[in-house]
Amino acid sequence: MRILRLAKAAVAAATIAVSASSAHAAGSGIHYESQDWSFSGIFGTIDHAAAQRGYQVYRSVCAGCHSMNLVSFRNLEGIGIPEHTIKVLASEAEIATINGDGETVMRPRLPSDRFPAPFANPQAARASNNGALPPDLSLIAKARANGPNYLYALLTGYHEPPAGMTVSEGMYYNAAFEGHQIAMAPPLSEGAVEFSDGTKATVEQMAHDITTFLMYAAEPHMDERKRTGLKVVLFLFVLTILLYFVKKKVWADLH
Amino acid sequence: MRDVNFGWAIRFVHMNGASFFFIVVYIHIFRGLYYGSYKSPREILWILGVVILLLMMATAFMGYVLPWGQMSFWGAKVITNLFSAIPLVGESVVVWLWGGFSVDNPTLNRFFALHFLLPFVIFGVVFLHIVALHKNGSNNPLGIDTKGPQDSIPFHPYYTVKDYLGLGAFMTIFAAVVFFAPDYMGHPDNYIEANPLQTPPHIVPEWYFLPFYAILRAVPDKLFGVLAMFAAIAVLFILPWLDRSPVRSMRFRPISKWFFWVLAVDAVLLGWCGANAPDDVWMGLQFVVWSRLATIYYFLHFLVIIPYLGLFERPKQPPASIAEAVLGGGTGAAAAAAAKPMEKA
Ligand code: HEC
Repeated sequence: MRILRLAKAAVAAATIAVSASSAHAAGSGIHYESQDWSFSGIFGTIDHAAAQRGYQVYRSVCAGCHSMNLVSFRNLEGIGIPEHTIKVLASEAEIATINGDGETVMRPRLPSDRFPAPFANPQAARASNNGALPPDLSLIAKARANGPNYLYALLTGYHEPPAGMTVSEGMYYNAAFEGHQIAMAPPLSEGAVEFSDGTKATVEQMAHDITTFLMYAAEPHMDERKRTGLKVVLFLFVLTILLYFVKKKVWADLH
Repeated sequence: MRDVNFGWAIRFVHMNGASFFFIVVYIHIFRGLYYGSYKSPREILWILGVVILLLMMATAFMGYVLPWGQMSFWGAKVITNLFSAIPLVGESVVVWLWGGFSVDNPTLNRFFALHFLLPFVIFGVVFLHIVALHKNGSNNPLGIDTKGPQDSIPFHPYYTVKDYLGLGAFMTIFAAVVFFAPDYMGHPDNYIEANPLQTPPHIVPEWYFLPFYAILRAVPDKLFGVLAMFAAIAVLFILPWLDRSPVRSMRFRPISKWFFWVLAVDAVLLGWCGANAPDDVWMGLQFVVWSRLATIYYFLHFLVIIPYLGLFERPKQPPASIAEAVLGGGTGAAAAAAAKPMEKA
């Protein structure tokens, strides 16, 4: 009886949960192929080599248009880039600061500084991009439904438009983008970067790697979260089983 | 979130904590509906409970605004704008709520202050809820009054240990969501910074508001939509007087029991409608039509079906006492049990 009631409650809760989540998936109605991600599932972690290659793609391609305002150079430690390399990477971009005389001067960035933004403000970004605003990429992997698969589909989704469809001036056909016309020129082309670890820089490979990096950037603590979670959930699970027997024992002396 | 030590844990526990608070409260409310816990002499207890629900809704809504994502901003815009439907003073009320002429920094500031303040008010009302509970004691699945010590067991150790078990199960599920699927109940758009110039294609509230959102959108007129939405909760306040049946528990109300489950399905249906765009089609009908049907049924349930069944349903005979039901015997066994309390020791 009690089990039945619990089951009913669980079904009700699950129904609500499913209805809530599918509501979020609703939208463009475009289907995104699920890719094989190192970070999916509760045991999944960020693949450091892929994320490092992804950072290289970001730095040499995407950073020309897209900022990542929430990410600091020190965050790169989380994908296994050594500290001295991070110092060098950071120092290659300057940042404005105020010196003792109150003058604005430039100094090299430190690991604690954020990534530099390509444009001073949104207006400047639009002016150089045909009026379209390249969004900040810090959280992009979480800011789209089915984030990683969507990003991969977007970056590999540039094709010839289907017969009969005209693409407006300055726009590009993209199979994954809502409305299929995007203002971003195809950012990736075969061999756009040269990976130091010898991986072949195909469009698919780069799309996969940059997505891994963007997922890392969107939640630098994801690996830690899952690791902690395993311990916490396991502990609570065992505790609950023990509590079940304690409860049974205590209640045993009732009629 | 990313720069504070364990900021991720704090954020995800807080965010999902709100959702889980609503999960347990909705279960608690539906259990109260099933076992007739709102009925005399527990009307005050029930009403205080509805007050807590309202306060929780206000708190959760204001909390959702604070991350200042797209859904935060546009949710705040939609909800505060509802007040403009009030005749005569509506527009002024909205400006007063905003602290300006649009949802902006002053709005964020005051929502933060209120989001901090309201939990203390909730705490106060929870205290009153418990005081009211102790006046008449808890209801029970049989929905009958306790008649003496043989009918009840001490809170400690029986309920303390049972609550530990419940807490353990709850925390396990909660932790699993916090650590493994923290964004499951959230909306991706809230990871986009608020932008007053760009309206998201679908503005949806958090899941726990979806049924009310569906009721709001079901009514074509703005003022009446808002009224219907608030009436959906207000009707709970007068429920103790709508239900005239002398029997509390649905266990002994063969017809009402079925209508209870229909209401539960209706509530889920309303949530489903709230989650989808009104013009989209589902099983041959537009969602706006579904939400109208479900809204009509919702009010029909409380305003017609419950009063009618209260008067005309023929309930089964509940047992004379809890001890009798537990011990399973006839009156003889019950009389014997009356002599000693429930515990064997
Ligand atoms: C030449 C400038 C430019 C470069 C280089 C560029 N982008 Fe973009 N990107 C844009 C513009 C402009 C938009 C806005 C498109 C629109 O709204 O139609 C955009 C939009 C996006 C979007 C958002 C799509 C959406 O769902 O709204 C993503 C994701 C994105 N870019 C990723 C990347 C990645 C990853 C790279 C590097 C591989 C990159 N971009 C390189 C200009 C650029």
